[in-house]
Amino acid sequence: MATLIFILSAAALLQFFISYCRSLIASSIKQPLSAEVRDVTGIPNTASGEDFVRVIQLLDLCPERPEERGRIRAINAYFRLLNFVRSTLARIVPALVAWTEMERGQCTYFAAVTLDRRIAFSRDMLAQQLDV
Amino acid sequence: MPSSLGYVIWLLATLLEVAVVVCAISRHCFGRYLCLNLYMLSSLFVSVARYLALSHFGVRSGEYWYLYYYSDAVLTIFLYLALITLYLHVFDEMKVEKYVRLAAVLLLAGTALFSYGVVHQSFQSSGKMLASFVFELSQNLYFVGLVLTYVLWGAILKLRESRTQLIQLVLSLGVYFSAFAATFALENMFPNLQFFAYIVPALGCLLPLAWAYAFWRLAPDARMVPARLAMVPR
Repeated sequence: MATLIFILSAAALLQFFISYCRSLIASSIKQPLSAEVRDVTGIPNTASGEDFVRVIQLLDLCPERPEERGRIRAINAYFRLLNFVRSTLARIVPALVAWTEMERGQCTYFAAVTLDRRIAFSRDMLAQQLDV
Repeated sequence: MPSSLGYVIWLLATLLEVAVVVCAISRHCFGRYLCLNLYMLSSLFVSVARYLALSHFGVRSGEYWYLYYYSDAVLTIFLYLALITLYLHVFDEMKVEKYVRLAAVLLLAGTALFSYGVVHQSFQSSGKMLASFVFELSQNLYFVGLVLTYVLWGAILKLRESRTQLIQLVLSLGVYFSAFAATFALENMFPNLQFFAYIVPALGCLLPLAWAYAFWRLAPDARMVPARLAMVPR
C-alpha cells in the first residue's frame, strides 16, 4: 500500500513541479530582454538550451536578490530534469527531443530575464550609494 | 533536542510564514485569500507554542508530544479548509459555493470516520486511541488534499482559469501535498532512515516560500494561458 501511495504521490509531484516551473517561466516569457543583456548573453530573439549554463554563470557574477533564490533553484532543477529526459526517454520517443529543446530554451530565457533584473537592481543600488 | 540544522530549518519556516502574511497585507491580498493567510498565521502561532513546549518540557515529554501531533492535525484541517477556499475561487462564477462547502464537510467527516475505523480495533485505551486517531487523520488528510488538489488542477485546465496568482497558489499546494504524501509513504517503507528528520521540516518551507513569492511578485490581475502549463499540450 505504501509503495502504491509513493508511486502515485511521486507521479503527482513530478507533474505539479513541471507545471509550477512552467508557470514561473510563463510569467517572465513576455518580458523583452534589454539590448545590453542580449549583447552580454549573445541571445538574439529565441534562446537555446545550450546557453543556459553560461547565463547562470553570468547570473552568479551579479549580486543576488533574496526573493529570486528559490525560483532560480526550481528552474535549475527543472533544467536538469529536462536534460535527464533528453538523454533517456527522448532517445526512445523522438517527439520529446523538440519538446525538451523548446523547454530548455525557455529556461535560458527565464535566466536571461532574471539577469536583466539583477543588473537593473545592482545599478539602482549603486545609484543610491552614490546619492548618499 | 533538535540539532542546530533542525533549529535553522524551523526558524526559516517560521520567518517564511511571517513573510507570506506581510507580503499578502502589503499587496492587499490578505482578504482575498483570507483562509490561506489564516492558515499561515495559525502555523506561526503553532511554531511558537511548540518552541515554548520544547524548551519547557523537552522533546521526550508527553506535553510536547501531544502538542505536536494535536496541533499538526488542527493545521492539516486548516490547510484542507484553505484548499476548499481555492475551489471556491475557481468555481466562483458557477454559483456552486453551497455544494462545494457541503461536499468539503462530507469529505472531511468521511476521512475522520475512516481514520477512526482504522485505529478503533487496535486500541483499548481511549487516550492512546485518540492520539493515534489524530495521527491517522492527519496522514489521511494529506492524501485527500493531494487528490483534491489534483482534481482542482484538472478543473483549472478544463475551465481555462487564467489568474496567474491563483494558478501558482494551487500548483505550489500540489507540490507540497505530493511531496509530503511521498515522504510519508517512504517513511512507512523505510522506518529506520534518519534522513526524514530533516526532509519533513525542510518540505514545510516550500509552501510559504512559494506563496510569499506569489503574493509579492504577481499582480492580482495578471493572467496566463493555463493550457501552456500542462505536460500534455492541449
